[in-house]
Amino acid sequence: MLISQFLILGAILFCIGVYGVIARKNAVLVLMSIELILNSVNINLLAFALRNGSADGHTFALYIIAVAAAEVGVGLAMVLLIYRNRRSIGLDELSEMRG
Amino acid sequence: MMFAASEVLAPLRGGWFLENAWLAPVVPTIGFALIVLIGKRLPKKGSEIGVLSMLVSLVLASGAAWQWIQRVGAANEEQFVAPVVRTWTWWQAGGMQFTIGQHIDGLTVVVLFVVAFISTLVQIYSLEYLRGDRRYTHFFAALTLFSAGMLAMVIAEDMILFLLGWEIMGLCSFMLIGHWWEDGANSRAALKAFFTVRTGDVGLLVGISMLFFAANDWTTTNLGLSGFSIRGISAWALSGEPNSTVILVAAFALFIAAIGKSGQFPLHTWLPDAMAGPTPVSSLLHSSTMVVAGVFLVARLYPVFFTGLDILGPSSNVIMVIAAITIVIAAALAFVQTDIKRVLAYSTVSQLGYMMLGLGAGAWLPAVFHIFTHAFFKACLFLCAGSISHSASHHSFDMKKDMGGLRKHMPITFASWTVSTLALCGVFPFSGFFSKDEIIDNVGANGYTFFMVVGLGGAFLTAAYMTRATYLTFFGQARGASAGEHDTHDAHDMHGAHDAHSSHDTHDTKHDSPHESGILITAPIAILAVLAIFSGLFNATPFGESWEYMKKWVEPRAVVVVQPSAGGPGAALVLSLPEAESGYGDSPCGKETPVDGICYAPQVNHAKFKWSKALLSLALVFAGIAISWLLSAAFYGRRDPRLVGLTQRNGVARAGYRLLANKYYLDDLYERGVVRAVVGPMAQGAYWFNQKVLDGILHGIARVARVVALVVYRDIDQRVVDGAVNASGELAQSAGTTVQPIQSGRVGHYGALLFATAAVVALVFVILNT
Repeated sequence: MLISQFLILGAILFCIGVYGVIARKNAVLVLMSIELILNSVNINLLAFALRNGSADGHTFALYIIAVAAAEVGVGLAMVLLIYRNRRSIGLDELSEMRG
Repeated sequence: MMFAASEVLAPLRGGWFLENAWLAPVVPTIGFALIVLIGKRLPKKGSEIGVLSMLVSLVLASGAAWQWIQRVGAANEEQFVAPVVRTWTWWQAGGMQFTIGQHIDGLTVVVLFVVAFISTLVQIYSLEYLRGDRRYTHFFAALTLFSAGMLAMVIAEDMILFLLGWEIMGLCSFMLIGHWWEDGANSRAALKAFFTVRTGDVGLLVGISMLFFAANDWTTTNLGLSGFSIRGISAWALSGEPNSTVILVAAFALFIAAIGKSGQFPLHTWLPDAMAGPTPVSSLLHSSTMVVAGVFLVARLYPVFFTGLDILGPSSNVIMVIAAITIVIAAALAFVQTDIKRVLAYSTVSQLGYMMLGLGAGAWLPAVFHIFTHAFFKACLFLCAGSISHSASHHSFDMKKDMGGLRKHMPITFASWTVSTLALCGVFPFSGFFSKDEIIDNVGANGYTFFMVVGLGGAFLTAAYMTRATYLTFFGQARGASAGEHDTHDAHDMHGAHDAHSSHDTHDTKHDSPHESGILITAPIAILAVLAIFSGLFNATPFGESWEYMKKWVEPRAVVVVQPSAGGPGAALVLSLPEAESGYGDSPCGKETPVDGICYAPQVNHAKFKWSKALLSLALVFAGIAISWLLSAAFYGRRDPRLVGLTQRNGVARAGYRLLANKYYLDDLYERGVVRAVVGPMAQGAYWFNQKVLDGILHGIARVARVVALVVYRDIDQRVVDGAVNASGELAQSAGTTVQPIQSGRVGHYGALLFATAAVVALVFVILNT
């Protein structure tokens, strides 16, 4: 099996995710980009697990999926609260934390 | 495994539809994806994709059913007709392999057909019923996925796919019940349905895992199948191999899942609340999908329950007890409802109790047949209720306030309702008679006399509450919205978000008086009504052996199979033992350990039909109709002073009414009792622990710490540390001023920095490693 194809797919997804996190202003899209990054990691884990013939990678991937679900839950709750307070989810408008 | 020196039977007949029945759930799933992606841009807002995909599914399901009938017909009389199985590897990790596939047998094709058929009709009905709804596209997407989930569960070859379909349905029911979520009551009902069903779902997970770990070794060695495979589990359960405790606990866990999904006592409370969804959803949910899933689970893994719970044994088992309680309490609750859909909801709960009772008492085939007939007449009744609210009562479902005297205005709806009601009550030529009477008859014939009496009592109650609902809806004086009153419209408008109707001009002008609904609504109702009359003829035991088609086509033959079928057409090398023909006790399947082979289905016996028994139940039904009619006419029609206000005057009547009106206080028990009983003591215990134990320890530590701290403060802190701190503080301040611009407060900048750092670190690693 050509493991490099999986890795390339993972790398592409990772890059798209990083681009989204940095360049997007919509908080929901940033959360989605984080999901992409997590899933690119999943693909890498699965690819290596397939090559090594062990179930460990699958287990880790399942954990990551669970953690990602929790993370999105918390993230969306925060986005919802921000929206309620400011009527906007544009991240560029949120700069109260400036040092 | 060994071959007896006997003839190898001719290969079984296959067919394209049988081998490709897996397309039936796949097509609606693709339809769902298309509706979500491009539905809003289509001229009909995605509904055409929904209807089309369900039609394709219906064609596939009908083809599969037809070819299955051919397959059974061409097989030898006593041959085990092997299911058409195809599997694919879904997921492989380490030594584990998870397959996904189809398992097409009699039970599958009958439920597959019913689900596809009713889903198609309900979607056509929804075209008109939900016209102008603000989430029209979303509704069709969820409805299509809902059907896809049920279809996937029905064809599942293994418990993994089964679980997948089961959970998809749970999710879609949540979305559909809460379709008009702007109204708080609706979203609460959706949550209640979801959480109550989830309570039971835990049982499914536990049951599947237990069966896998218990059966996997046996199935892998003897059959080459995994412990998730339904065939494997069935054969294992009947092999005499399983430990009786393990299989008892597994069967019990699975039954808890069935209780939750099929609305059996004590988890039935979500079903009536699920009426908050649009009527087509109620119709689909209550007739063929979702609630039938629990019954289907028991029917599908019947060998597990048969062995685990000792069905057909000398004593009654948990399935029958739960089912009997459900039949009676749900039927009693139906009497105090004013909402027409809630009457039907409790009726569904009660009818599901009949199916469970049949399964628990060893009447497998009558129970499955009741799934078949019940689906048609219950779907029809719900669609009639929707038609009334759509065209006559301004979206109200209140029988007492807004209905009455509708029979003249809505002839088609009235005729269909009447036919379906008679079918539900079990009046002779209609379909319900053949299935319900079979269940009651078989329960009695298997020796459970008490449960037979419960079934007969339930039939009496069914006839009575349906007559009350019919009287209130279609007879007597027109009231409220049906009489053309508009002022009360807003007060009890169930559909808070159904406002888009006002933009629909032609519809609005017709709102003034009750009228018959349009063709898109009446056509599905009429088709279902026709089936409510005739579907009973598929297993008309009163007319003799030759009419028992269902028995021939659907019931798996309980014969010892020498070589497990490898699946696919013609792969079944099957041998039947001659003594497997007669009833329970003589057969090796189910009660004895099969020698030289395996069993896939336990032997159950069939009661001989007797007109005397049928006449008894018919007499009860007619008595129920007559008594209820007279009481309804006196109470609601003439307002007889002896009856009106009886619940206020008579203590017993009042107590009974209050018990029923409060649904046996089960909701209170769950929401206050259970929650308080669990949360209250937990909070108190935590508080006590906090005050006494933790605080005590803390106080002790604090005293010691205080002494130490004083010493430390004088000598170390003031002199040594402060000097260092001041120096580092100055350093930090200057550093902070330098990097302050980095703290821009913008998340994007932080992300960029983070990834840039990660990239640098990665680069360093690469350089170091090469």
